[in-house]
Amino acid sequence: MIDEIHMKPFDWLSEYRERLDDEGRLVRDADHQGLTPARRLRLEAEDWGAAARIAAAMGLRHAGVFADPPDLAPPAQTSTLPDDEEPTITLRAVLEQQGDYLVLETQVPLALPELPSQTPWYPGLDRLERHAQDLVGVRFTDHPHPHRWTRHQAWREGRFPLRADFPLAGEDQRRTQADRDYPFEALTGDGVYQIPVGPVHAGIIEPGHFRFHAEGETVLQLEARLGYVHKGIERLAVGRDAVGLARLAGRISGDSTVAHTWAACQALERASGCEVPARALVLRGLLCERERVANHIGDIGAICNDVGMAFIHMQCARLREDWQRASQAHFGHRLLMDRIIPGGVAVDLDAAAVATLRAEHEAMRRAIAPIFAIVDELPSLADRLLTTGHLQTKDARTLGCTGYVAKASGLGFDLRRDAPYPPYDALAVEVPVQQEGDVAARVRMRMHEVRQSLNLMDELLRRLPDGPIAAELPAASAGAIGLGLVEGWRGEVLAFVRFRNDGRIARYFARDPSWFTWPALERLIHGNIVPDFPVCNKSVNASYSGQDL
Amino acid sequence: MLRILSQALRTGLATEPAPSTDDAELAEIGVALQRRIDARVGRSLALRQVDAGSCNGCELEIHALNNPYYDLERFGVHFVASPRHADALLVTGPISRHMEAALRRTWRAMPAPKWVIAAGDCACNGGEFGCSYACRGSVDQVLPVDVSVPGCPPTPLDFLRALLAALSMPER
Repeated sequence: MIDEIHMKPFDWLSEYRERLDDEGRLVRDADHQGLTPARRLRLEAEDWGAAARIAAAMGLRHAGVFADPPDLAPPAQTSTLPDDEEPTITLRAVLEQQGDYLVLETQVPLALPELPSQTPWYPGLDRLERHAQDLVGVRFTDHPHPHRWTRHQAWREGRFPLRADFPLAGEDQRRTQADRDYPFEALTGDGVYQIPVGPVHAGIIEPGHFRFHAEGETVLQLEARLGYVHKGIERLAVGRDAVGLARLAGRISGDSTVAHTWAACQALERASGCEVPARALVLRGLLCERERVANHIGDIGAICNDVGMAFIHMQCARLREDWQRASQAHFGHRLLMDRIIPGGVAVDLDAAAVATLRAEHEAMRRAIAPIFAIVDELPSLADRLLTTGHLQTKDARTLGCTGYVAKASGLGFDLRRDAPYPPYDALAVEVPVQQEGDVAARVRMRMHEVRQSLNLMDELLRRLPDGPIAAELPAASAGAIGLGLVEGWRGEVLAFVRFRNDGRIARYFARDPSWFTWPALERLIHGNIVPDFPVCNKSVNASYSGQDL
Repeated sequence: MLRILSQALRTGLATEPAPSTDDAELAEIGVALQRRIDARVGRSLALRQVDAGSCNGCELEIHALNNPYYDLERFGVHFVASPRHADALLVTGPISRHMEAALRRTWRAMPAPKWVIAAGDCACNGGEFGCSYACRGSVDQVLPVDVSVPGCPPTPLDFLRALLAALSMPER
């Protein structure tokens, strides 16, 4: 039943099972069918909260929770249950430690979809659970903030867009009203005042609402209200074919188009048993590192700009433009959208392009050296960035942060090293960390990652094997599921896919790392002055679109 | 400080013309754009950008308009923080219903001529998202659109061409 030979030693799973056993929690079986590289444990719904409590006590990282409702259409044939069983909603929660992934799974009846919340032990899940509540109608009985999150005024309370009885076009074609009556947490006291900001911000930036409580210049509390760019991505995924799903995944967050497309394709390929050609895998790694470099360089400039250092901003904007033009020249798209497709990649490199790319990497290395040296050492930058927006290690850990936000606060997790997928399984990826946790540390992390990615890309080009760049995606069996896990530039990107019996998508969920870095921003801004919010925000740069879905 | 000066000197002028195939085109569009702005507005053109459900790909390319290569401001176009200062509204995204009211309010706050530019495939025709319970499907479902800029996302040059087209429209 348990296919041990394909798995590396999973040090903590037996202890976790023992602890569940000790409390008399019923674990139905453990396998990893369809969810490779993760293992799977099935639990009773009533044990859902206890499973999180035990996991938290063992220090496991929670990588997110999502609900899988009964199929939209056609319901009878695609159900994996016998017809006489009542319809259920499946919940899946993903845990990780030392690069080993475990998926907890449970089911609740559609007629009474209630179970304990995991948020009391993993505060980073707060909004993910409320997202499942608003879109699928799962009720988390002891959730500390049970009010709506993703739902504003586009659909009514008690109606759920991912349920079969909800029309794709919606139920109300009148103008959608502005959101109102959202219960922001109030803070009162002498001299405490509120600053509401957004959804439309002053710059060229995504929309969202920030509610500050401040006293004088000092931020006492920040609460983000997101969901303004909710596009119904999970609903739009239903019924798509694999190619269509990959395109949709590429537009979850435009700045992470490579990472999300890769994660979705990984999930599709694992669910259908597709062998991706080695050359395609190396090219995917190249694309993903290019995306990392582009975003970090742009953001380093923007962070400096937020403290008045326009010089660095213009230097970085120039380099980013060079980089994007090269992406257009070599791969055919400035942001690298739709370059990854199910089964492989859409574009190949010839020998001349490989040589040009190498030269460009070297040119970029030389170009960033003097600029990064200034960022590292300029006293006026240090004055604004050091100790600003400090995220404590324990907050980063409790919230489940990954990527440069976690690494700058002392948490050294990186899928490319800790759970390596090809092509990274053949590379040595070092993951240094910073302990300071401030804006300056996040900038240093990003500068390091730019240099590292340039080296990794050279290594990938050296290892670029000959061969095809794509394979046919085999037909997936009905109900086949797959998990995709990719280290995007923001951190761990997770994708879950379930197929219907007609080879089309029944369920797609993509968890951007921003789900956990938005709450980190709310914590790290505490005690800073209001005018430092932009630089703190940019140093984290969570995606609105990636979170709103 | 010395290092900054040295880096600035070494970098020189990045603003195009520079060795690139886009050169002639960029300069040509830019000059034409500047002439139209002089004729139509008689001062610089103020743009207000609103993301109404974009995946943020369009925003990245709009940001690029301000980089030293395109340097939009030299043609007399600049982005403003308030719709009350704006001549034109640059809208991206498939108009998520959750942004619908905010978008209408932004438009109402603008003084005439209130040009509206739908930027990107989503804003033009719904793109990958279309019309659903969550999205209106295009800007023209909500506001009168003067110019559309297709592309996923449109390139900075596409944006410049669209601005030129907006300013070449007959008076409403």
